[in-house]
Amino acid sequence: MKRHLISAADLTRDDAVLILDTAEEMARIADRPIKKLPTLRGRTIVNLFFEDSTRTRISFEAAAKRLSADVINFSAKGSSVSKGESLKDTALTLEAMGADAVVIRHGDSGAPHRLATSGWIGGSVVNAGDGTHEHPTQALLDAFTLRRRLVGQEGADLAGKRVTVVGDILHSRVARSDVRLLSTLGAHVTLVAPPTLVPYGVESWPCEVSYDLDAVLDTSDAVMMLRVQRERMNAAFFPTEREYARRYGLDGERMARMPEHAVVMHPGPMNRGMEITAQVADSPRCTAVEQVTNGVSIRMAVMYLLLGGSSPSGPSPSTTQEPGMQHRAGSSEENN
Amino acid sequence: MTASDKTLIRGARVLGGEPQDVLLAEGTIQEVGRGVQAPGAQVVEAEGAVLLPGLVDLHTHLREPGREDSETVLTGTRAAARGGYTAVHAMANTFPVADTAGVVEQVWRLGKEYGYCDVRPVGAVTVGLEGKQLAELGAMHESAAGVRVFSDDGKCVDDAVIMRRALEYVKAFDGVVAQHAQEPRLTEGAQMNEGVVSAELGLAGWPAVAEESIIARDVLLAAHVGSRVHICHLSTAGSVELVRWAKSKGWNVTAEVTPHHLLLTDELVRSYDPVYKVNPPLRTEADVMALREALADGTIDCVATDHAPHPHEDKDCEWGAAAMGMVGLETALSVVQHTMVDTGLLDWSQVADRMAHRPAEIGRLAGHGRPVAPGEPANLVLLDPAYRGQVDPAGFASRSGNTPYKGRELPGRVSHTWLRGRATVVDGNLQ
Ligand SMILES: [Zn+2]
Repeated sequence: MKRHLISAADLTRDDAVLILDTAEEMARIADRPIKKLPTLRGRTIVNLFFEDSTRTRISFEAAAKRLSADVINFSAKGSSVSKGESLKDTALTLEAMGADAVVIRHGDSGAPHRLATSGWIGGSVVNAGDGTHEHPTQALLDAFTLRRRLVGQEGADLAGKRVTVVGDILHSRVARSDVRLLSTLGAHVTLVAPPTLVPYGVESWPCEVSYDLDAVLDTSDAVMMLRVQRERMNAAFFPTEREYARRYGLDGERMARMPEHAVVMHPGPMNRGMEITAQVADSPRCTAVEQVTNGVSIRMAVMYLLLGGSSPSGPSPSTTQEPGMQHRAGSSEENN
Repeated sequence: MTASDKTLIRGARVLGGEPQDVLLAEGTIQEVGRGVQAPGAQVVEAEGAVLLPGLVDLHTHLREPGREDSETVLTGTRAAARGGYTAVHAMANTFPVADTAGVVEQVWRLGKEYGYCDVRPVGAVTVGLEGKQLAELGAMHESAAGVRVFSDDGKCVDDAVIMRRALEYVKAFDGVVAQHAQEPRLTEGAQMNEGVVSAELGLAGWPAVAEESIIARDVLLAAHVGSRVHICHLSTAGSVELVRWAKSKGWNVTAEVTPHHLLLTDELVRSYDPVYKVNPPLRTEADVMALREALADGTIDCVATDHAPHPHEDKDCEWGAAAMGMVGLETALSVVQHTMVDTGLLDWSQVADRMAHRPAEIGRLAGHGRPVAPGEPANLVLLDPAYRGQVDPAGFASRSGNTPYKGRELPGRVSHTWLRGRATVVDGNLQ
């Protein structure tokens, strides 16, 4: 794996499978009475959030703490836009504090890429969502959930699985990461949205696009519903909430047309009544809560692999006491 | 050296032709020919070098008054001289805006005082570039600055009625409105060209149609009221088609292209390096090729730099927070040589046409863009086309270093620039 996780495109199939398999190990640890590993003891992970996202921050924080890392939460909301403290100055501060990894959420697409390539900091950078660009750990937890539900086998990818992603593709960093990662893992991805919410230029993406949800339901192994902000209708992306829900929302009737084994996914938070009805959201076929749990395992795996173990053939976390310490010298050399 | 001194340029390829000697004295060209004798004259050995009329830029941001941290009239005109320019048109989007006779005269006087390059201020079309009320266009024209080009550049004159009135009004003194063609609603929050790359990068798109729809409207308006209109920094293949169509109708439409739009594409934005952030944005390879072809066949009249200096901190940040624009005065001729001359699309006499003659004509600027012939003002640039070197912004005369060509090898180097017979640049060094 590379030193940073900025885009799902940074991951090869084998990288991704390694992360999913490592996350399975991490999930097993979560079932033990003592949920902590000493792997990243003495390492500092900074959660640098320029946008509010309590859900994502808590997930990264829980993951880091279960690996015994020191966690610093740095909230710098809105500072880049208001030209208060710049990303660069913040980065230099974190570097001075000795951050081994920076988990960054930022409203500007490309901010994590800038952080990783500008020379401002030496540690690893993990993208926790940037603008309308990417959210790679979300895609990884989606892939993890899909593999558990549809394949149920470690070491495997998602070859041949048909995943339909429905909603505001244009503004969705989750959709961009999902398309890249799920296709890397062999899945067939179909995006469904009103044409106004499909990006201009989408033809280069490794997926198909449909404007008709009903046409793809019966061939989907999973249907992932994306949150659609009600405000979008004010910018004429769709006429009314009611029309959006009618054409692109998932209700019980539509869910019944999905194959019996197919699951419903949602990255949360859900807009009940908009893209998903309460009946679907609360059904056992909906994996939304499971995705949250899986998110912690995935983020543990990502931080473990970026900061600790690195080789696919290396020791697994359940059999080695402190793999992070063994690799530390190597990674700090790379940082200079 | 004073203007009364004599200079003999020996063996220069005038407009890229056969070597000739050119004698300058008293601010004008005295003689052009072979074996010119001039005892006591300062001799410049110019074997292999190309002699062109001093370049004229229709689109320069000098930033003074208001943003002297990025450029001043002094640093900007020094950069211009080093790039081979003898006249620049200073854009109006300063603080305060150049929308009154007072501001344009101030900028004009500074240029005159420093003497590196003639500064022709561009007047704002509307008060404060707000697009609502016409600025005092007549007063700016009648001022010592003699404004002939008006533009709200940085912003589009998007109100069709205001644009129509401006086009009509400046006819009284043979002015021209230079339009920054950008439909504002279609480009709200826009960060880069809308296309395959923006879709992947998740950056808000600046669609070609936002430029083309304004150009289409404005050429129709210009035709309707019988005015001339100039289109700034044309950037798309579709815009080329519209201008070609308007010209085929015989309408009085002119257009410029920047050096960076002749060379760079939106693929560079994948780095998220804000040095590539510019407005209008870098487009696709197909657009670049259409622009080159249009400059070659005359559909696009001229090259204009859109030299847009920004302080380091406005580029040393994340893409979304960065300022739009690139410096260009000191690299323009090299980029044109690389994209147009070395590719066989233009010869040097055509470069003189696109970079000196046509811009001076569009700006109604006397004494610039003239033939290299006896009796003409000695505004000249001598360049070495065989030179190859890496661009290093540390060596720029501009106060800002936001060049997209840093570290890139480009051909050609300006060795001398003369402004009315006085050398402003000798052997690449400012005088
Ligand atoms: Zn402009």
